[in-house]
Amino acid sequence: MDKQTDVLLDIEHLHTAYRLQGKFYDAADDINLRLKRDEILAIVGESGSGKSTIASSIIGLYDQKNTRVTGDILYNELNLVGLNDKLFNQIRGKRIGMIFQDPLASLNPLMRVGDQVAETLYYHTDMDEKQRHDRVIELFNQVGMPRPEEMYSMYPHELSGGLRQRVVIAIAIACKPEIIIADEPTTALDVTIQAQILDLLKEIQKETHSGIILITHDLGVVAETADQVAVMYAGQIVEKADVKTIFSNPLHPYTRSLLHSMPQTDSNDEELHVIQGTVPSLKNMPRSGDRFAARIPWIPASAHEDNPRIHEVEPNHFVRCTCWQGFHFEDEK
Amino acid sequence: MWKTVLRRILIMIPQLIILSILVFFLAKMMPGDPFTGMINPNSDPKTIAHLKQEYGLNDPVWVQYGRWVGNLFHGDLGQSYIQKVPVASLIWDRAVNTFWLSLVTVIITYAIAIPLGITAGRHQDQWQDQSIQIFNYITLATPAFVFYILGLYIFGFVLGWFPVSGSVSDTASEFFGILGSRLYHIILPAILCALITTTATVQYLRTGIVDNKVEDYVRTARSKGVPDKVVFNKHILRNSMLPIAAFLGTTITGLLSGSMIIETVFSYPGMGKLFLDSIGQRDYTTLTALIMIFGILTLLGNLISDIVMSIVDPRIRVQ
Repeated sequence: MDKQTDVLLDIEHLHTAYRLQGKFYDAADDINLRLKRDEILAIVGESGSGKSTIASSIIGLYDQKNTRVTGDILYNELNLVGLNDKLFNQIRGKRIGMIFQDPLASLNPLMRVGDQVAETLYYHTDMDEKQRHDRVIELFNQVGMPRPEEMYSMYPHELSGGLRQRVVIAIAIACKPEIIIADEPTTALDVTIQAQILDLLKEIQKETHSGIILITHDLGVVAETADQVAVMYAGQIVEKADVKTIFSNPLHPYTRSLLHSMPQTDSNDEELHVIQGTVPSLKNMPRSGDRFAARIPWIPASAHEDNPRIHEVEPNHFVRCTCWQGFHFEDEK
Repeated sequence: MWKTVLRRILIMIPQLIILSILVFFLAKMMPGDPFTGMINPNSDPKTIAHLKQEYGLNDPVWVQYGRWVGNLFHGDLGQSYIQKVPVASLIWDRAVNTFWLSLVTVIITYAIAIPLGITAGRHQDQWQDQSIQIFNYITLATPAFVFYILGLYIFGFVLGWFPVSGSVSDTASEFFGILGSRLYHIILPAILCALITTTATVQYLRTGIVDNKVEDYVRTARSKGVPDKVVFNKHILRNSMLPIAAFLGTTITGLLSGSMIIETVFSYPGMGKLFLDSIGQRDYTTLTALIMIFGILTLLGNLISDIVMSIVDPRIRVQ
């Protein structure tokens, strides 16, 4: 296969800014990402790091009046930034499917779940009612729903969280999209259900050869599913590499702190490592210097770049700033 | 579905019994007895005692209550002391008048409120919304009787466009016909009443739309590539109509209870005016009958609301 066509989505210099009290603030700052076919790209970060902002920018679902999006999101040489709604509606649902966090809230309480899946097909295919119904049953089977015929006429409140999320996934994959964006797809679910849903996502990806952007704050989810990982902090990507590198050789202090904060089963330490301070709010985000510097105060200012850039430290391993070179947890106290 | 309805009807039975007991004993506690004003006060006390015995007023209270309830079931609401006619026939004529006035009022109310609510919700915080909010503040703040009297004065007396009292013209001519004359009498009070009762419906609809617009399921619908117009009409609007559906039952039964203020201002012979007049004239039989009827209508209204809600909202249905 030609190497070029493997790239499904090419995000270049994406800035997404929200208006707060008349002023625009970048919630996603100079994002460069590339999603390839057959690949799961995880975007990891704390709440407020801008990961969901990237998702809504890609699919064009944001408050048009109070959001400013610049840069390029290239899909098959079509720039999704500033694309008009009519064209975008032919892409949403058909070429890009979206899975949301809260499966109860993401379904219309007054519509039978089968009809909610069929609605996607109505707008993107030539199927008649019977064909749509059959396709929904097929999809319900694919996402592992028991008794699909019966499930078709159920209402969201009658289903369990796991089943609802399967419906949401069925909606997202109904038209066999090339790109699936999953925004915290397992956060609202039980741990046992989480694993099932993640397996399902991986399975679907293998079957459809799509590319998945997985947005999560859960490093466990990342380790289990992702191929490529982008770590975000305060609106910026701070580290980007394949999943093995991120877990075996993390470089940026933030990535290392995150991994260090994960409970380890093989250690006897009772206390968890805590990253000092909090993520700055959108309005108070530092606009120059290293944004993570305030949370690793023992690192001298001279270790940071004045204007931290992304460096390719080894092939396909990108790290922002140079402060990682002198970063050791032992120095903290 | 039918189970839900059956369950609700069963719940109504004890409610009705409690209501009837309350109404009966309230009537008993009122001063005077059923003969007050009906017979010559100078009659022989013996005759009165005999009459009391004959009409069962010396029976135990629960026997009297049983008899009253039994009569209710036969549609016998008693005799009006003042009008000297059976209460049932008195109420029937008024109920018909009130029904027509209220029906037209409700139709006009929805015809005004629903488009306003949708416009306000769709253009939240824009000039359309702000103008409708101002309209809402005015209709909410204006005292009904002032508004009605002003309307009556301007359109009835000064401009003379509409009749100022009654429900139908005595000389319903060939030109109008009886139905036309009825409608002609109804139209001004109905418009005035509708204008001032739109507030709640407009506000519920607006808030519903504003709230639902930012719901996750709306985002899901848009992520499916559903055009904005369809998202609004099919997803947002249907969910926003729920609170209005919840009021539908009480609105329908409200058609029969009437509005005391509008009927009094326009001297319109309906249930509301009858109620006020009965209080003024201490017409107890009519009053108790009316209270009983209003109570039953309220219960029925709740029942209809529940049924409507269970049709439009699957979450309400009882398994």
